[in-house]
Amino acid sequence: MSRSIRRLIATAAVGLALVASTAEAKTFRFAFQGDYKSLDPYSLNETFTLGMHAAVYEGLTKRGPNLEILPGLAEKWEVSEDGLRWRFTLRKGVKFHNGEDFTADDVIFSAERVRADGSDLKTRVPADAKFVKVDDHTVDVVLTSPNPTLNAEWHNWYIMSKKWAEANNSAKPTSASASTPSHASLNENGTGPFIIESHQPGVKTVWKPNPNWWEKPKHNLTEVIFTPIASDATRVAALLSGEVDWIDPVPLQDVDRVNASANAQVLQGPELRTIFLGFDQYRDELKYSSVKGKNPFKDVRVRKAFYQAIDIEAIKTKVMRGASVPSALMISPLLFDRAGEFKRFPYDPEGAKKLLAEAGYANGFEVGMDCPNDRYVNDERICQAVVGMLARVGVKVNLNAQPKAKYFAKVLASGGYDTSLYLLGWTPSSFDSLSILVNLYGCRDEKGNGGNNNLGNYCNPKVEELTKQVRMETDKKKRDALIAQVYDIVQNQEAGYIPLHQQALAWGVSKKVKLVQRADNEFHLYWVTKE
Amino acid sequence: MIAFIIRRLIQSIGVLLAVALIAFTMFRFVGDPVNQMVGVETSAAEREQIRKSLGLDDPVVVQFGRYVAKAASLDFGISYQFRQPVTKLLAERMPATLELALVSSAFALAVGIAMGVYTALRRNGWLAQVFQAVSLVGVSLPTFLTGILLIYVFSVLLGWLPSFGRGDVVAVGSWWTTGLLTWTGLRALILPAITLGLFQMTLIMRLVRAEMLEVLRTDYIKFARARGLSQRAIHFGHALKNTLVPVITIAGLQLGSVIAFAIITETVFQWPGMGILFLQAVQNVDIPIMAAYLLFIAFLFVVINLVVDLLYAAVDPRLKSTVTAS
Repeated sequence: MSRSIRRLIATAAVGLALVASTAEAKTFRFAFQGDYKSLDPYSLNETFTLGMHAAVYEGLTKRGPNLEILPGLAEKWEVSEDGLRWRFTLRKGVKFHNGEDFTADDVIFSAERVRADGSDLKTRVPADAKFVKVDDHTVDVVLTSPNPTLNAEWHNWYIMSKKWAEANNSAKPTSASASTPSHASLNENGTGPFIIESHQPGVKTVWKPNPNWWEKPKHNLTEVIFTPIASDATRVAALLSGEVDWIDPVPLQDVDRVNASANAQVLQGPELRTIFLGFDQYRDELKYSSVKGKNPFKDVRVRKAFYQAIDIEAIKTKVMRGASVPSALMISPLLFDRAGEFKRFPYDPEGAKKLLAEAGYANGFEVGMDCPNDRYVNDERICQAVVGMLARVGVKVNLNAQPKAKYFAKVLASGGYDTSLYLLGWTPSSFDSLSILVNLYGCRDEKGNGGNNNLGNYCNPKVEELTKQVRMETDKKKRDALIAQVYDIVQNQEAGYIPLHQQALAWGVSKKVKLVQRADNEFHLYWVTKE
Repeated sequence: MIAFIIRRLIQSIGVLLAVALIAFTMFRFVGDPVNQMVGVETSAAEREQIRKSLGLDDPVVVQFGRYVAKAASLDFGISYQFRQPVTKLLAERMPATLELALVSSAFALAVGIAMGVYTALRRNGWLAQVFQAVSLVGVSLPTFLTGILLIYVFSVLLGWLPSFGRGDVVAVGSWWTTGLLTWTGLRALILPAITLGLFQMTLIMRLVRAEMLEVLRTDYIKFARARGLSQRAIHFGHALKNTLVPVITIAGLQLGSVIAFAIITETVFQWPGMGILFLQAVQNVDIPIMAAYLLFIAFLFVVINLVVDLLYAAVDPRLKSTVTAS
């Protein structure tokens, strides 16, 4: 038997040598922990999926390597004096993959489709924006109030072909509850640099370059193959053995091993997502606490005490192995120019104890905390560290860490915001503070209308008023001043949330490959070159 | 005999209903599917609407009734994650799982029986001792660990075999795909098949060894020896044949668990079968896939039990009367 195995191994080795010599080196293989589920560009608002769509679809704008807004399918745009009319000049000579010309009708159709029922990207285009065709290559967008960030998220509002979608019964987005599979969720017809050759969701997707792309390709690939690999160990093994050229994510404990290997390295960079802690500041009595008849988190001194009890440097070095950037704000410093003016409350357990005593909790109290354990990098371990740190100032935290499916079912609107203290992460999709002002600082009702993701319902009329002004203000300097004012109130004065850090991206990349890592963690094939 | 089969099939419907009911009650505790289906910025009202259109607001009894009615016509609904019919997804993934399960069972049977016979006949040989030690490892190491070890040695260190996936596949007929006909497919099959079959292999080896030792002590073997039959005829014609009844039972029943427990092997090797589909469905609260998979596995066990009972009759004529009578 041992001889037959040896023979088997020998033949396998010969086979491998054959494969290696015949295959051209321009096939790029990559693996992600999750699936590329639906090809319909409006089905799911999720980072990896949106980045994948960019291989085949394009928006009116693009974002460059440093997230700068660049022209895409629109060559240029200008805004009228009053800020109510945006004129987009469309690129001429662009063709969809099936050979149709790209025109203004497609833009207008896509604007309708992305706002239709079943779309998960409704917020990309404001509901009140009217799209008017001026001629085949000019579109006006008419607004009811000025909106300086109108096109901030249009790089992943992808333009679809009107004719193709209508001919294939896909004029409406493939909704989450559709009872029949839609053509657009399994097929594509974009204008982008790659064409999908085959797509089996959850198994494998294959792209070929689009020979008729309007732009000169920056990539040099002849074929691209994607496979999801869910298991961390296998994903890392596939990279180390050279079977794939790119993986995401590399688990933090494997970073050194990958860097020590001969054929791959880890590309780390700050991500835009901010991890933070939130308090229930709404209920009159906390659901999970030893304090009865009142809510200690309504007292700013208690919130501040919690903040000061957290040793963020310890979390960075011990839990995150250095792969995090402590944050004073709920937004990445890459996305807000004045972020440097803000500082975290210093780590000060003695001060925290004093504040708790002033608030009437000299002997501390008990509180329940909710935490996901498979959503963010080392999420559960961060929570455990926080539990330990709060114990030092006399607060006993009962941690409830569970898988994201259960965690979100409990703490989001559908679970009735069933939490007293929680850990969450937030990436402003528009790369702008407004997303935080609206979603995390905006008051909400019981059902979640308003600041839907403001789980603890931090609510301050003054902040609401300022948010309204931020929405309308078109002058960047004045707008930034308004935003800074909001951050000063919520973070410095009221400690409404405890920002922790921005976690680091960790991509595993073969040394044969060059590519661009963008801070929004979208992976784009059109920047990939392979030796 | 026919009546026996029909009776068994009717019983199986009862089993399936029970499984469906248990599954449905469990699904209420796995989380909220809607949160997994939409992005974070989706408004509360929209989430509510999706929940309603999926029928998740209805009482469990109503949902269960609706599900059973549809499942009766093999309609298992639409997957929440993939927005495709579950029947189609499972059918696409089934060949991968069945191929893996059959190959690893064949591996387990062939190697297990050979090693079992060898260790029984050469009880004190050094190779037999080695086999015994190996079997101990096979029984006690969990699948995911064996899988990762094999990947580490054969993919990362030696670079001989692929660490994930199924290689290239060829379509056979209208819906079956096979990796057995391509070079990359065969190579990709080796590690997962060993990982999945290792436990059964050692089990079968130990079973064959124990049974064989038992049989070799019986009187009719002694008589066979006395009659001067060749060693070969005694060992393989008489002794081995009589050890096979329990082996068939175990191997048959194990085939069911091989398919069911392929989940772990499939996850470690990213084998695109039903098991990994199920596991990801659990993580994403994709209830239609979970329910259909559990029903399928239950059905599989019922069928395998039936086949094993029928095989008994073929191997051991004495059992025929009991089968027909029961």
